[in-house]
Amino acid sequence: MAEPFTILTSLPMLLIRDNIDTDQIIPSREMKSTGKTGLADGLFAGWRYTQIGGRETDPSFVLNDPHYADSQIILGGANFGCGSSREHAVWALAEYGFRAVIAPSFAPIFAGNCARNGVLPAVIDADAIAIMEKTDSPVTIDLGAQTVSIDGGESWTFPIDKEAKAMLLEGLDAIDLSLKMANDIATWQEADRAQRPWIYLGANQ
Amino acid sequence: MRKWGLFLPEPSSLFDKLWNSHVVAALPGGGALVAIDRVFLHERTGASALNSLAEARRPVADPARVFAVTDHIVDTRPGRTDKTLMPGGQAFITETRAAAKAAGITLFDVNDPDQGIVHVISPELGIILPGCTLVAPDSHSCTQGAFGALAWGIGSSEAEHAMATGTLRLNKPKAMRVCFSGALPKGVTPKDMIMTLIAQYGAAGGKGHAVEFAGQAVSALDMEGRMTLCNMATEFSAMSGFIAPDAKTFEYLKGRRYAPKGTDWNRAVECWTQLASDTGAVFDTEIEIDARAITPMVSWGTSPENSVGISGTVPDDASDRALEYMALDKGQALAGTSIDAAFIGSCTNSRLPDLRRASALLKGRKIAGHVKAICVPGSSRVKREAEAEGIDAIFRDAGFEWRESGCSMCFYAGGESFDAGSRVISTTNRNFESRQGPGVKTHIASPETVVASALAGAIADVRELL
Repeated sequence: MAEPFTILTSLPMLLIRDNIDTDQIIPSREMKSTGKTGLADGLFAGWRYTQIGGRETDPSFVLNDPHYADSQIILGGANFGCGSSREHAVWALAEYGFRAVIAPSFAPIFAGNCARNGVLPAVIDADAIAIMEKTDSPVTIDLGAQTVSIDGGESWTFPIDKEAKAMLLEGLDAIDLSLKMANDIATWQEADRAQRPWIYLGANQ
Repeated sequence: MRKWGLFLPEPSSLFDKLWNSHVVAALPGGGALVAIDRVFLHERTGASALNSLAEARRPVADPARVFAVTDHIVDTRPGRTDKTLMPGGQAFITETRAAAKAAGITLFDVNDPDQGIVHVISPELGIILPGCTLVAPDSHSCTQGAFGALAWGIGSSEAEHAMATGTLRLNKPKAMRVCFSGALPKGVTPKDMIMTLIAQYGAAGGKGHAVEFAGQAVSALDMEGRMTLCNMATEFSAMSGFIAPDAKTFEYLKGRRYAPKGTDWNRAVECWTQLASDTGAVFDTEIEIDARAITPMVSWGTSPENSVGISGTVPDDASDRALEYMALDKGQALAGTSIDAAFIGSCTNSRLPDLRRASALLKGRKIAGHVKAICVPGSSRVKREAEAEGIDAIFRDAGFEWRESGCSMCFYAGGESFDAGSRVISTTNRNFESRQGPGVKTHIASPETVVASALAGAIADVRELL
């Protein structure tokens, strides 16, 4: 169960490139165990370190810029999180300390993975992101109000579906919620089995 | 048949039929609890999801409808075992094996005759069926939409949810129809169709949509070609891609191991025949592409949207970052660019017809001496069937390596890869930075274009070979 997300103020780290894929967020070679932890070290490994598989940091990559050392928000480009469905990308971001990504658009699987791990995917248009980039000062995300605002400056709203919002605000577990509907599921399956028996595979296949 | 009509006012889209027939209940937030008919895991993330469920003491609700396969990091060199070149990779295989056994799900293991890439073997075994919902923690699950199913990629948490509850909590995406009118020219393939769509409408062009592929050029494709087309719906940022099932679909599935048999088969076909968009069905977005105008495609950058026709040049508005990575210049012609390696394989283009078409072009020819070329059949069955036809000998004689099936060098997991910084022409679906190895410059293209380029030693137009 993820930590609830309500209001967050932080200096956003600037990583405004379109189509940042999950192979860049956590390269496959950095997924070294079958667990969900130990991934922060591999976050953006291909850009963050000077050599593939190495650990010498590349000072030219923004994650290594001391100015953004305490950032909990990433300011990203369009189609953020495209590519592989690996949830490890979100686990790595969360373990490193990021709680939100602000971008003009997100790849759908990535956005779904975010909401299940206490990381907010906030859709804000590119013009507003450009203003935040230029200002380069802390922003406050208020999930309840669905706003992102530059402290003492402009404010924008972002859309989020009600369920993702509720799960993030309350740190709810989706499986718990659905298991409470076990009766609905059983009733549906019984009716469906009569119509599509071939869906329900037996032991004789 | 009643199954679909019951829920729906006429006229409805194929997507409406797939969606509405799986809604278990509406959710308070406006979404729906949607029934999931099949879950398919792989060894890269399977153990993680199964172990996490077990730790939470949540049993798999219906293990008979959950499958797993070793495809992602399993070695593809001959004589393979559980050992892989990926550091620590063996643990993913052994832990998935143990977790699958404990959960009581069916695993197609390393040396199982049915082993292969998940999106190749699921159709081969009749696990995917028309009108079915299937999810897998793999973004290319949309491949299986080729059978008139709703299939899509999910993360690990949703895989756990699907296994524990037989459902997912979803918001209904918008409906898009992409119509490819006219017939494809010679030398042009379904890979070129989907690359054209993404190049024209962008890598986020399908955002928020479920995409039906339709039109003359789509109906004309064999099932394997339809899978190639649907495979890259995720590169279009769509939730999924799918095609209405027809006689070819039913013919492909008949007699497959998990497909319905006897009277159930007849009932199923009657039911599946209803799975088409009704005349007058309304779509949120419609795109029409003239198939006659499509040419062989090749990517030049680091996103699949960075693609042009084979006789094209790197566009003037190309990003400096992509050009620096790919070591190309604005205005540079793609054709004639020297390559170091060629790869035929992956869930996009590794099925028997792909290998047949490639071998027909290779027969009696030799690839350029400086090119490292590898062919990885999509499944152990594809490999056996290709070998029975002598296709392996044609590949080997031409200078290709012939491998065991798996995802192989479609991506780099820390083990085997192409040489650092090398330029590869590949039938895979992603040309991301370092996707196929450190600094590797990937150009994605059809099997035909990969063969033509391997022969020439440089990116080449297959139409000159025809």
